[in-house]
Amino acid sequence: MADNPPREGQPDSTTHILPAPFTTSSLTPMTQGAEALVYKTVFLTPTTPCILKYRPPKPYRHPILDRRLTKARLLAEARVLVRARKEGVPVPAVLGGDWDAGWLALEFIEGRTVRAVLDAWVEGWKNRSREGESVEGEAEMKEFMHRIGHAVGRLHECGIVHGDLTTSNLMVRPSATSHSTSSGVLEQGELDGEIVLIDFGLAVQSTRQTQEEDRAVDLYVLERAFAATHPWAEKMFKEVLEAYKKSYKGAGGSLKKLEGVRLRGRKRSMLG
Amino acid sequence: MAHVHTFCLPHYDQYPVHVALFRNLSNAAFLRSQLLEANPAFDYAFLDADMIVSPNHLKSACFHALHHTMTNTLKARTPHSELVFRLHPNNNIGEAYRKFGIADTTSKLIAVKLALSPDVTKDQVADHLGAVVQGDSVPIGDDAAELAMHTDLKKVKTVYKLNEKKTSANPTTDESERKELEAVILGIMTVKGS
Repeated sequence: MADNPPREGQPDSTTHILPAPFTTSSLTPMTQGAEALVYKTVFLTPTTPCILKYRPPKPYRHPILDRRLTKARLLAEARVLVRARKEGVPVPAVLGGDWDAGWLALEFIEGRTVRAVLDAWVEGWKNRSREGESVEGEAEMKEFMHRIGHAVGRLHECGIVHGDLTTSNLMVRPSATSHSTSSGVLEQGELDGEIVLIDFGLAVQSTRQTQEEDRAVDLYVLERAFAATHPWAEKMFKEVLEAYKKSYKGAGGSLKKLEGVRLRGRKRSMLG
Repeated sequence: MAHVHTFCLPHYDQYPVHVALFRNLSNAAFLRSQLLEANPAFDYAFLDADMIVSPNHLKSACFHALHHTMTNTLKARTPHSELVFRLHPNNNIGEAYRKFGIADTTSKLIAVKLALSPDVTKDQVADHLGAVVQGDSVPIGDDAAELAMHTDLKKVKTVYKLNEKKTSANPTTDESERKELEAVILGIMTVKGS
């Protein structure tokens, strides 16, 4: 939701009043979602980069309701992140926040999104196959897919459902030496990076009854996101599921549910 | 005169924070009695160095204390007691003081002074602490790294209830485990009580 790449240009920072103590001079706008504005800034030390997620008040809502919704949603996001981090799931740490003012400070994750990495790989692959070379690095790619499946499995294992699991909400944190990551080509060793799940704005701690269903929808959404990248990426998705299956005990049930979700789409049928 | 380290938190640069570390403290009971009497000359946050995991752990508590002071949302009575309160994972101020504050038996002390008004200066804090604290003042270095050298990790994990659970998927080195612990604790401090 909020951490997707900007769709309509840079957010206009002048239309929003920032919550204290933040000012436009200390924040760099990054992106904007339906609910939150996302800035990059520093926190606790001048050299610790951080993501500031700010949910500005919505003028069309009653002020009391608005404050309650903002608080509830921010707090839910923060709680899920803290819980996941405690369990060792790779997610950004929560550094600070103020629910009444509507902001949350999160650890900055270096690197690119899985989406960008896949795009870069597909681009390189096209060039290589045109030159008639064999598809190299496929084993590396499979291993990369396995790590995605494992990360999602670890999240589901502790009862958390992401709610918006797209390839743009998965980051690849470079292992050690980071190069500039703005280029379209795949960086050397980028596939070795650690997978980090981001944007828990729609995440919930699922109850036991709906858990399998919700997890299956998470996987379905991710599958659609892969399919939207490239036909080749769609084929690769089975590697993600394979690793997912092995990552925790209840995975089999969720995968079975996934078949049902595929037949009817993300939304639950109201009939029968 | 005590060794005092001063840092500024981003976004609250106008309120510097003065920190001093003491070892072999011998008058903990006296310092604690001054806090209990609310002696205005002893308006500090006195912390047990056992309980501070890293410089960022302390800085986070300072940030919360400053932020709640500036937004008039203090839960404790003063900014310095708010600092102690914010370290603790639940909403009990008395317990926060028992766990993180100074006790009569504390031997390693971290004294923190939030410079909320411009007339609180580093020299003045160093003079005063040097005069009233009986113990060996230890410089904490430019990056305040010395603050992480006196942690009792077992005690910290108990207070934040991080004992049985693994805090990291693969805590390979001591340093990375400490970083992971810090990340989880900053989160716990942020979501506490709300």
